[in-house]
Amino acid sequence: MAETLAPQDAAPARPASLTELFVAFTQLALQGFGGVLAVAQRELCERRNWLTPREFIDLLATAQVLPGPNVCNLSLMIGDRFFGWRGACVALAGMIAAPMALLLMLAWGLGHASQAPEAAGWIRGALTGIAAVAAGQIIGTVLKLSAPLREHELGAPACAALAGIAFAGMVWLRWPLLWVLLGLGGLTCTATWFILRRRAALAQGGGQP
Amino acid sequence: MIAWQADAWWTLFGHFLALSLMSIGGAITLVPDMHRRLVDGDHLLSDADFTGSIALAQAAPGPNVLFVALMGWHSAGLGGAMASMLGIMLPSTTLALAVSRWVATRRDWLSVRAFQAGMTPVTVGLLLATGWLLMPHPGEHLRAWLLAVAVAVIVWRTRIRLIWLVGAGAVLGGLGWV
Repeated sequence: MAETLAPQDAAPARPASLTELFVAFTQLALQGFGGVLAVAQRELCERRNWLTPREFIDLLATAQVLPGPNVCNLSLMIGDRFFGWRGACVALAGMIAAPMALLLMLAWGLGHASQAPEAAGWIRGALTGIAAVAAGQIIGTVLKLSAPLREHELGAPACAALAGIAFAGMVWLRWPLLWVLLGLGGLTCTATWFILRRRAALAQGGGQP
Repeated sequence: MIAWQADAWWTLFGHFLALSLMSIGGAITLVPDMHRRLVDGDHLLSDADFTGSIALAQAAPGPNVLFVALMGWHSAGLGGAMASMLGIMLPSTTLALAVSRWVATRRDWLSVRAFQAGMTPVTVGLLLATGWLLMPHPGEHLRAWLLAVAVAVIVWRTRIRLIWLVGAGAVLGGLGWV
C-alpha cells in the first residue's frame, strides 16, 4: 500500500497570512452567484496562482466523494494545506460568513417588500437571467477543468469516455450518485493504480518509461 | 425575528445533524428528505418558504448550501439559521478535514494518487451533469438557453470577470429579454 511516487509540481504562490486567506475566500464567495465553483477555479488557479489546475481538480475529486458541499470541502482542504486547522476554519468561515449575512438580509428585505408587485416581477426576471448564467458558468468551468485530463494516466480518449458515461448515467439513465462514485469511480481508480504501479516499476528498474 | 425559540433550534440542529453525513454530492441531494422532516413532519415552515429558500440561495452569491440557513431562518429566525448551518456543516466538515489530512500526508502514495487521479474523469462527468440539469429548457426558454450556452463558451475560452456575466444576465432578465 505504501508505495510512493515522485512529488508533483506545486503551484507558484501561496497566501501570506490567515487574513489574506479569509479575504480571498470571502471575495470569491461573494462573486459566486448560483454557485461558487466557477469563480473558485478562476480566483485560485488563474488570478492568485495558489493551485495548479491539476491540484484543483485532484482536490475537487476528493471533495466530491465526501459528504458536504464540494466547494466548502474544497475551501477546508485548501486552508488546511496552507495553515493547518486554523487555515481550514478561516477559509470555510470566509466562504460562508459574508454570503450568509447577505442572504439573511435579502430574505428579511424581501419579506418586507412583498407588497410591491412591479419590483417583484423585475426581480424574478433578473433571477431567471442569473440562473441561466450560473448554469452556463458551471459548464464552461468544467470544460476548462477538463484540460489536465489530456495528461491523465488513462489517456485523453478513455477519460472523455468515462466522463461521458458518468454524465449520461446521471442525466439520462438517472443512476444514483453513489453507484456512479463507487462503481465507475472504483473502476477508474483501480485502472489508474495499475498504470501508476507499472510506471513506478519501470522507473525503478532503471528503464526508460 | 430574534425571539428565544430554543426548542425549534434544537429540533433544526438535530434534523440537519442527522442529514449531514448523507450529503454526498451536496446538501441539495437531500432536499426531499428535508421536506419530509421540516415541512411534512414538524411543520416548521411552509411549503412556499421551503421552495423559496432553495430558489433564493441558488441565485444569491455564496455556496448553494446556504439554502439550509434560509430554511432555518424561516423556521425559527436568526437562531434557527445558525442552528441549521451548524448542524449541516459540523459532521461533514469534521470528516472532510480528517480525510483530507490523511490524504495530504500520503500524497505521494501510489494508492492515494491513483484514487485522486482516478476520480477526476468521473468528477468532470458529474459536474457537467450538474450544469446540464440546471440549464434552461431550449424548447420553452430558448433565449435563456442561448444565454447559458454563450456564457459557457465565454467562460471556457476567455478570462473575462465572471461578475460581468452575472450582471449582464441580471439586466437581460430584469428587462424581460430572457
